[in-house]
Amino acid sequence: MATTALPQQTIVLPSRTRLFFNYLRRNKSLTIGLLMLTGLVLFTVIGLFTIDPKHAYPLSVPTRRPPSLEYPFGTDFFGRDLYAAMVVGMWQTALIGFMAGAIGTFIGTVLGFISAYFGGWVDTTIKGICQILTPIPVFLIQVIIAGSLDKRYVTIFTMALIVVLLAWMGPTLVIRAQVLSMKERQFVAVAKLSGVSELGIIFKEILPNLLPFIAASFVGQVFTAMIASFYLAVLGLGPLREPLLGNIIWAAQSQSAFFNGWWWWPLTPSIAIVLILGSLALINMGLDELANPRVRRTE
Amino acid sequence: MKPAFLLKRFLFLILVIWSASTITFFIPRLSPRNPIRERFAELARMGGFSPQDLEAIIASYNQRFGLDKPLYQQYFDYMSAVFRLDFGVSLNRFPKTTVELIMESLPWTIGLLLATTIIAFVIGNLLGAVAAWPKAPDWLRSTATPFVLLMGVPPVIMGVLLLFFIAFRLKLLPLGGAYSIGTVPNMSLEFILDAARHQILPALALVLGSVGAWVLSMRGMGVTIQGEDYVTFAEHKGLGPFTIFRDYYLRNALLPQVTGLVLALGSVVTNGIVVESLFGLPGVGRVLDQAIRSNDFIVIYGIVLFITIAIATMMVLVELAYPLLDPRIKLD
Repeated sequence: MATTALPQQTIVLPSRTRLFFNYLRRNKSLTIGLLMLTGLVLFTVIGLFTIDPKHAYPLSVPTRRPPSLEYPFGTDFFGRDLYAAMVVGMWQTALIGFMAGAIGTFIGTVLGFISAYFGGWVDTTIKGICQILTPIPVFLIQVIIAGSLDKRYVTIFTMALIVVLLAWMGPTLVIRAQVLSMKERQFVAVAKLSGVSELGIIFKEILPNLLPFIAASFVGQVFTAMIASFYLAVLGLGPLREPLLGNIIWAAQSQSAFFNGWWWWPLTPSIAIVLILGSLALINMGLDELANPRVRRTE
Repeated sequence: MKPAFLLKRFLFLILVIWSASTITFFIPRLSPRNPIRERFAELARMGGFSPQDLEAIIASYNQRFGLDKPLYQQYFDYMSAVFRLDFGVSLNRFPKTTVELIMESLPWTIGLLLATTIIAFVIGNLLGAVAAWPKAPDWLRSTATPFVLLMGVPPVIMGVLLLFFIAFRLKLLPLGGAYSIGTVPNMSLEFILDAARHQILPALALVLGSVGAWVLSMRGMGVTIQGEDYVTFAEHKGLGPFTIFRDYYLRNALLPQVTGLVLALGSVVTNGIVVESLFGLPGVGRVLDQAIRSNDFIVIYGIVLFITIAIATMMVLVELAYPLLDPRIKLD
């Protein structure tokens, strides 16, 4: 019997970058969000190189100028160039968000792991604390903390710490639930039977599978932290000298900017916040899709 | 409903209130800031009395508020005051108590938040349900999308944008305040209309900022319900699409949404406070805003505790009301 060899078909695997871009084309919200974020980062980075950071602080430029070629976003009542203030303010808002997001996600991941993996009274305690703290409106407690601090010592870093102090419960519960379900999967049982150590199972088996959830919860944390620090600043509880976006709105409102016709003053930081939060919300939705394949669209 | 369950929920409520008041007790005492000294140093600067008397006044105040007692004694006094709903006397608007200040402003806040939350909840759930309902006309289904896009905009920012476009540019509505300057609150129709006009923009800001979340969660819920057998069964029984929509679809999707409403209470209040202080409405938000501006710490702590207790209590109450909404649920 003669055998004929079938012509071997060469299978070309698309490169990783190609797959990434193909995925981005499917996941529209992630793409638009990332594009918006890139634009904002470019604005801030280019801005930081071209502006004089001093102009973001009071008494540096002529006061109450409407937007013009010299001052594209105008200047405010206290003599701040709003363009410079936006560049510095966005940078600071991002800094607060990322610091608080990173710390909160880290605490949440560690606690969630400990709680779910070891179970028993540890789990009961951590879960109980989270459940008791959840009904307390976190923002109001942040108001107390920020209000108790001496204004001279409130900096960007203290803002991030204030925000993160009561914001780790969300990630803890999310990661805990994921670890609980992952613990029961077969690959963990197989790893256990093959003699992988506890630490090996945590770091080599469960953690890599959790990364999308950790990433999604990080973006969510950054989002919450930015809103919380923004709200505190809108109530006048931020570092008053810094051109934080919320501070500028608070200052504008204190000086009745709309009544006096200085519309550009509160409007500029508002639009900046909408762009920042909008891009993060889109990225968050996109990551959700990445993390939960059930809602992933195939098209 | 078993008494053991009631007892458990009640204990949970006490635990929440206890931990919130413990936090508000210890945080200010850990801080190096002394509100009473700051307040009177400020008054002394303004020339109210000679600086020599400052120490004597502070000492008498500390005695009056029991701040000279040992810490555990203070903590005990504070806790028993909290459970008697006594939040102390305002430093700035002495001799008004915090509770009096809250009670004066609470009707405004409750009115605004109740109305906007109900409106947002109803609109959001209807739009979300329709968006997931395959038999609805396309134009109706797509009305939900803009609200979802608005979700990323916090209500305060929505407020600033509305102020700019509607009040500042088009001059359709007032720029702030609860009623026109120069009018005295009374019960005439003219005043009520004027006050209502001032509430439109803040209400719109709150509604637009929160509808999207309801649309999104209701749409998700609706998609899963469509596949259920009882919907197919109702169709085969020959029930009209409206009856199915209302009795089979909406009714079943609503319970998780009510749970969502309870969970959203905290952010409803937070947003309400910030929007009130932006628009200068005479609610709890403005009392808090003024207290922050004048370093009136006792009022700040009092408002925070009051709201926390109110929210925690409401959460437990709604949970107890579940069996009324869904007869399948038995609490135990």
